[in-house]
Amino acid sequence: MTVIASTPGMSLVADHAHEHDPAASALSGFWLFMMSDLIIFGLMFATYLTMLKPMSFAGGPTPKDLFDLPGAAMETAALLTSTFTFGMASLAIKYDLGVRRVMFWMVVTLALGLVFLGFEVHEFMHMFAAGAVPQRSGFLSAFFGLVPLHGLHVTAGSIWLVLMLIQIGRTGLTETSKSRIARLALFWHFLDLIWVGIFSVVYLGGLA
Amino acid sequence: MSPLKQQSKAEAYRHDLRGYQMGFALAAILTIVPFTLVAAGTLSTMAALWVIGVLGLLQIFVHVRFFLHVDLSQEKREELYLMIFSGSLLIVMIAGMLWILFNLYARMM
Repeated sequence: MTVIASTPGMSLVADHAHEHDPAASALSGFWLFMMSDLIIFGLMFATYLTMLKPMSFAGGPTPKDLFDLPGAAMETAALLTSTFTFGMASLAIKYDLGVRRVMFWMVVTLALGLVFLGFEVHEFMHMFAAGAVPQRSGFLSAFFGLVPLHGLHVTAGSIWLVLMLIQIGRTGLTETSKSRIARLALFWHFLDLIWVGIFSVVYLGGLA
Repeated sequence: MSPLKQQSKAEAYRHDLRGYQMGFALAAILTIVPFTLVAAGTLSTMAALWVIGVLGLLQIFVHVRFFLHVDLSQEKREELYLMIFSGSLLIVMIAGMLWILFNLYARMM
């Protein structure tokens, strides 16, 4: 261990492998990004909660008018299954089960992510058609601040999945691509965790 | 590769696979129960909100443990501290924001 790398306070655990392994160090950095993203989502949740008083509906549609339980259940099922299939891709990488198996599970994950986005876009179109646009009321502004923000993250994750599929299709599983997929896996599992908050607070909370 | 090593590798794979399957099963149960409760609509709104809140928190713990692989082990300590710190910040900010705004709301009534 070098003197510079082990500055007191930089690493919480002595002799930690992170200091020597670039992939693990990049993963730690990605954790920092995710936790700052968590704070953003948390504040969007708080804003949404403050916009659930009757006056925030401004005479417009309420959660009970807008949300549809089967639709939310389908979105949840797609995203939850996709987090499991990404786990299978991670395992295929960890145990060297071959690039084809990794790509198979990543394609399944991508397909489920696109199914989720399809349901979400359909839901928003339905809401727009009913006049439930972001500028209609404070409640709808908060809703369209929170839920599509998560949808944008899933879109970014899907693009990232496509890029990684292209990369490992061309070069196979290199140390670089493995390290990138490890971060993408964290990102994808994190998005499912945020979705647990969304379906609990927004959909189930709104329809209870 | 020696047969012994092969054996332990297959065992490690099964162990990891079981982790994901367990996480998926627990998460599915913790999702289906509140959805079914809300669909049935038998509980009062307040009781349903409590159940949804508690099961949602439990499901977040399941995701952290089985999918993000953060547990109480020494090697995950950095991530654990980071999550606890970020979680504490979030609680202060969310609870503070709700307190202030609902207090204002009550004063305006």
